[in-house]
Amino acid sequence: MTTDILTERSGPRDFAQGFKDSLPIVIAAAPFGVLFGALAVDNGFTVFEAVLMSATIFAGASQMVGIDLFGQKVAPWLIVLSIFAVNFRHVLYSATTGRRIAHWNPLQRLFGFFMLVDPIFAEAERRGERIGTVTFGWYAGAALPVYVFWVVEGWIGALFGKVMPEPEPLGIDFLLPIYFLGLVMGFRKRPFWLPVVAVSALASIIAYRTIGSPWHVSIGAAAGVLLAAAFAPAARQEGADR
Amino acid sequence: MSTTVWVILAGALMTFLTRIGGHLVLSRFERIHPRVEAGLNAVPAAVLTTLVAPAAMNGGPAEIAALATGVAVSWIAGGMMPMFLTSAAVLILLRHLLG
Repeated sequence: MTTDILTERSGPRDFAQGFKDSLPIVIAAAPFGVLFGALAVDNGFTVFEAVLMSATIFAGASQMVGIDLFGQKVAPWLIVLSIFAVNFRHVLYSATTGRRIAHWNPLQRLFGFFMLVDPIFAEAERRGERIGTVTFGWYAGAALPVYVFWVVEGWIGALFGKVMPEPEPLGIDFLLPIYFLGLVMGFRKRPFWLPVVAVSALASIIAYRTIGSPWHVSIGAAAGVLLAAAFAPAARQEGADR
Repeated sequence: MSTTVWVILAGALMTFLTRIGGHLVLSRFERIHPRVEAGLNAVPAAVLTTLVAPAAMNGGPAEIAALATGVAVSWIAGGMMPMFLTSAAVLILLRHLLG
């Protein structure tokens, strides 16, 4: 691969491709962005606070947990700790994607890490796997729409939450699991994919039933990652054979 | 500033620490051990699975059918959009028929 191709790829076309890749994410996340705004105001947030939370934390599940605890009048430090616990899986994303964006400048990397939510992480990994490199242009094209829509949706939800339609008949409450399943399937060519998925699924369900949410995410993920690490030599062999 | 704003800003700081922390720890090492490498390569499938599994467990027939459709379409057609749209269509259809 020559430098020319790389430079061309980081141009406007790269940004456009990232933008295109972000569309399913924007669609799947939209109901939750609006729902968050509505629930936040319902739990005693002002519209400004709801928008501030979407703009600075930018992580759906942890925002929901945060406003839920806020509504229950839980101690502030415990709310912060819970947000941290829900987002702890991002440590793994950070370590994984950090390898792919090592060639960006420091400011670009700060931007990249700030935007590193579940779907952006997964799309970046897919991109790296397919193209071999993740350019800043592509990443910005993929991340910016997701971020902007997320913040605007929180604002709309906070303003008009009371007049939202019921989500169930339209299936929008289940769009995220479907989308995440699609991402899981997208990684099926990686070594040890099936054992990792099976072990993570089993461990997360057991943890969900015994310890409870959100710990099932960290525990289930740890089980799958440790399995892959334990069988590393075999995994490398398989990778080399391809 | 209100307590709420402080809670939000502290939560944002903690969240950013998780998003940069893994990289900061890993970048201290010159070489990455093959086992760490293999573990990191398993991160996407491992984490994303834990976001689907409990939802699948709590789902009714419509939800299970939608996810099964998603697996089948991914396997045959590949690509995100065909899978996403077919699964959502199956879900909405079955919820109307069964609900």
